[in-house]
Amino acid sequence: MYFRPVLAIVLRYYYLLRGTPARWMPLFAWVAIDIVLWGFLSKYLNSITSAHLNFVPTLLGAVLLFDFFIRVMHGVAGVFLEDVWSRSFLNLFASPLTISQYLLGLVLTTTVTSLIGLVVMVVLATSAFGLSFFGYGMMLVPFLLILFLFGVALGIWSTAMVLRMGPAAEWFVWPIPALVSPFAGVFYPLSTLPHWMQLIGKALPLSDVFEGLRTITSGGTVPMAALFWSATLAVLFVLLACWYFGRVYRRAMRTGILVRYTAESVS
Amino acid sequence: MSNILSIRDLRKAYGGNVAVESVSFAVGANEIVGLLGPNGAGKTTLISMILGVLEPDSGSIFIEGADLATQRVQALARTNFAAVYAPLPGNLNVQQNLRVFGNLYSVANLPERIEAVISGYDLEKLRKVKCGLLSSGEQTRVALAKAMLNQPHLLLLDEPTASLDPSAAQDIRARIRAFAVSAAGAVLWTSHNMYEVQLVCDRVLFLSRGKVLLEGDPKTLPREHGKETLEELFIAVAREPLTLKEN
Repeated sequence: MYFRPVLAIVLRYYYLLRGTPARWMPLFAWVAIDIVLWGFLSKYLNSITSAHLNFVPTLLGAVLLFDFFIRVMHGVAGVFLEDVWSRSFLNLFASPLTISQYLLGLVLTTTVTSLIGLVVMVVLATSAFGLSFFGYGMMLVPFLLILFLFGVALGIWSTAMVLRMGPAAEWFVWPIPALVSPFAGVFYPLSTLPHWMQLIGKALPLSDVFEGLRTITSGGTVPMAALFWSATLAVLFVLLACWYFGRVYRRAMRTGILVRYTAESVS
Repeated sequence: MSNILSIRDLRKAYGGNVAVESVSFAVGANEIVGLLGPNGAGKTTLISMILGVLEPDSGSIFIEGADLATQRVQALARTNFAAVYAPLPGNLNVQQNLRVFGNLYSVANLPERIEAVISGYDLEKLRKVKCGLLSSGEQTRVALAKAMLNQPHLLLLDEPTASLDPSAAQDIRARIRAFAVSAAGAVLWTSHNMYEVQLVCDRVLFLSRGKVLLEGDPKTLPREHGKETLEELFIAVAREPLTLKEN
């Protein structure tokens, strides 16, 4: 019984994907463009620097992982925004659907769509630029898990913000990964940053993933304690985001925003 | 007659504006109750609270004994609604929408239920048409089909025939009447069409400024208040609510 409404949320997005080819484009178009752009940049950097340096696993690998995180975050928000665009709140939330079922539906839908993006990126990066994705070994599992969890957390948090601030706050969703990236040390060690930025970076589960990636490519061993801490932190962020969404939802029910959402009657 | 819907002392205010105040009433099985009142009287606020999408400031709502505040899932599983301002997602076709909402309500034997409502609301030719492409009359039929999917015990209809031609409206009224009689359903119906209300409703509640001003049989209520027709009574409620209260 619990999973039928969850399935309904997944099914709804499956129908949307099946019926509109334009919805397939964001699943792989941007990530493919990123891989091509950074792939050529990595090759170029390889050609002008010393022979023992290989930018493909560090630079292109980092882009691939960061794009996976973006796909997850935007995926959660995108499925939610479908409900904003089709004005479905009243029909959805007047049903026996619970908030946990709704959020689980968003996450499951995103799991599928972000995996599609990941496969496209891996195939392209491997075939066109020789990235050995599996060269990172078993560390890939915790890397992807942490990125996925933090993407889910930010996705849920950003949807809560849109619910709180009204449909016009949609723009807020898209630049969040770009705001996070300088602090996460995607392309450089955290030590490059000024102290205050390092402190923020260390509070983000992402930073240990990209530090770990660079450690592996330079032949070192990834400290498992750091990854475990990041995974724990990511889970905490997910729980915090769910709590915040619930709080915003209850407020929306109390103030009437849920009923008159499209009127942008946000106070 | 057992009560399907019981409302006690419901109140809702938006800031300083009181939208609904001290509203108490019940709707029994096999009963169609008309919720009438001028624009801004509090009808939609009341319906939103019964649907669980708007939290009352105080008071309680029970659907078949389940407290909406504490047993939300149980209460809403037995409820459904159709409203002109809540069309089904226009980017899904009729059948897809029915599948999605059937799963949301965890409807048993969903394929059979979908076929039953598609056939019951003459949607066979429209099953593969996206809801956004349907005429307003067709959209109303789809919304009603969705509202009947879970065989609700409580059906909330907010101006269900507002955009229909007289023939289609008559058809919808007959279906709702049949639902109340044969399925032992309770219906709360808002409409500005007094002819329709007199035809369909067993009882009416007149809301004015968020309060229930009058209640009774739509066929006898106008005369009880010195009016010839329900429409006259409606106009009096809208323009001179205080004089009616004194009656």
